[in-house]
Amino acid sequence: MTQLLEVNGVSKRFGGLLAVSNVSFAIREREILGLIGPNGAGKTTLFNIVNGVYKPDTGKIAFAGDDITGAAPNKVVKLGLARTHQIVKPLNNMSVLENVTVGACFGRESLGLHAACEVADEVLKRVGLAERAKSPARSLTLAGKKRLEVARALAAKPKLLLLDEVLAGLTPTEVAQMIDLIFTIKESGVSVFMIEHVMQAIMKLSDRIVVLNFGQKLAEGSPIEVAGDPQVIEAYLGDEQIAEKLMEKN
Amino acid sequence: MIFRRPTFWLILLLAAVFIYLPVRAGDAALREDLILVAIAIILVSNLNLMIGYTGYVNFGHIVFYGLGGYVGLYLVTARGWRLQWAALAAGVVVSLFALLFGMGILRLRGAYFALATVGILVAVSAFVSNFNPFGRSDGLYLSFDAYQPLGGAMRALWVTYYLIVGVMALSLILSLAIKRSKFGLALFAIREDEDAAVVLGINATMYKAIVYSVSAFLPAVAGALMFYKNAMIDPSIAFEYMLSIEGIVMLMLGGQGTVIGAALGATLYERLRSYLLTSPKLSNFHLVIAGAMLLLVVLFASGGLIGWLYKFVPRSREVIE
Repeated sequence: MTQLLEVNGVSKRFGGLLAVSNVSFAIREREILGLIGPNGAGKTTLFNIVNGVYKPDTGKIAFAGDDITGAAPNKVVKLGLARTHQIVKPLNNMSVLENVTVGACFGRESLGLHAACEVADEVLKRVGLAERAKSPARSLTLAGKKRLEVARALAAKPKLLLLDEVLAGLTPTEVAQMIDLIFTIKESGVSVFMIEHVMQAIMKLSDRIVVLNFGQKLAEGSPIEVAGDPQVIEAYLGDEQIAEKLMEKN
Repeated sequence: MIFRRPTFWLILLLAAVFIYLPVRAGDAALREDLILVAIAIILVSNLNLMIGYTGYVNFGHIVFYGLGGYVGLYLVTARGWRLQWAALAAGVVVSLFALLFGMGILRLRGAYFALATVGILVAVSAFVSNFNPFGRSDGLYLSFDAYQPLGGAMRALWVTYYLIVGVMALSLILSLAIKRSKFGLALFAIREDEDAAVVLGINATMYKAIVYSVSAFLPAVAGALMFYKNAMIDPSIAFEYMLSIEGIVMLMLGGQGTVIGAALGATLYERLRSYLLTSPKLSNFHLVIAGAMLLLVVLFASGGLIGWLYKFVPRSREVIE
């Protein structure tokens, strides 16, 4: 498999805080890569660096063969790298359909309004929001808004989708539905890079996992390797038997 | 298609009424009243592109109108241009000016952008007051000969009136066309959440600079026509600060972000203002009314009259945009 995203020695400093320090990893095509770590470990900052919200102080990022280091988010989307936000950002006074149409209009294919509307319709069906298409985005529940985030990103027809805690705050049923959705996204040929605190979900979904702590990469490997890593247990999981427990549930 | 939209036909109907009423009565006084309403509609509906569509408050929108007037009158008086070319040139020059400034100040957001627009208004007004080709603080005057190409002063007044009504219709059609376009979708997304819009692939800086420039074009053309009709311009009437504020009141009153709301707010406010200005006891009282009205709208009906209509008759959204 070829590498879709390559991150090489990336660092980002905010004043006295080194938020991300010399982090390197790669995502292959058709792979789900999980990103875990304690609060404040720099996970969302790393996302922001990858999709261009922040420019890294050092390091390089290559996506599908292009150097995208420091490229603006709106350019990165056009290349096929879309994302969702941990704190949802719906376009509140626009309809659900219009929200997703924006994603299709200004995404990788830069569709015209009419074609974008059709894509938006399809995507809404896929994420289960078709019935709410005409409602204003602000009227959705949190679970609905998280789906909307995913729908907007999908409408951009990405090659790589960055999901920032799409499961946080959802009920167990909603979590299960979202996990199914993420699997169908993977099956459709899109790679996924996801931050998640819901351990069972990330263990089940990820092909590989990267662990961040204090801005540094602590470990990388398959879910079982990572959950059994003593450093990861000490810094994040806190329970020696967690690997076995999590695997049992799967 | 835009022709299928009821609002498009509503706009044409409005323009037809503007032409028909004074012509039928041959009434020059009515024409003068309506010309003020038409100018207000032009200013407000273009201001709406910034405030209502993009969410950026421009306190200096009147700059485009005044500068357009100056450029137009200068080309007619000093260069001997025909009115139509002078007016078009005024639109182009002022749009380019706006594009240049827009690329600079549209990096700012919220209150800082609003402040910068006040700065532009003050700076342009001060510059023009000291600019020799524009007659410094005396302004520019048009000789009667300049009306000859249009068949004399009397006919010229009517011709400029028709042209201004045309610009009014174009302004509203432009608003409608933008609202139903991909460009408009980008503007609305920026209004709702600029950071999210950028992450969704919208080059916000570029779109904002373009809409700022577009919102300058027709007001500048209208300024050139209007000050040609008035045969004079000076800094105090070209850059009337209060008119910039009142434009915002009109927009909020009618309903920001809607095409018809801009026209409605401009019409109602302008008529009320004329009434108050001409009534001997209430002269200048209109600013008190304007202030109170803005407060009431902002506090109790942030969607303005059209927003209020949408609330009670949701289906009206399809007809009145």
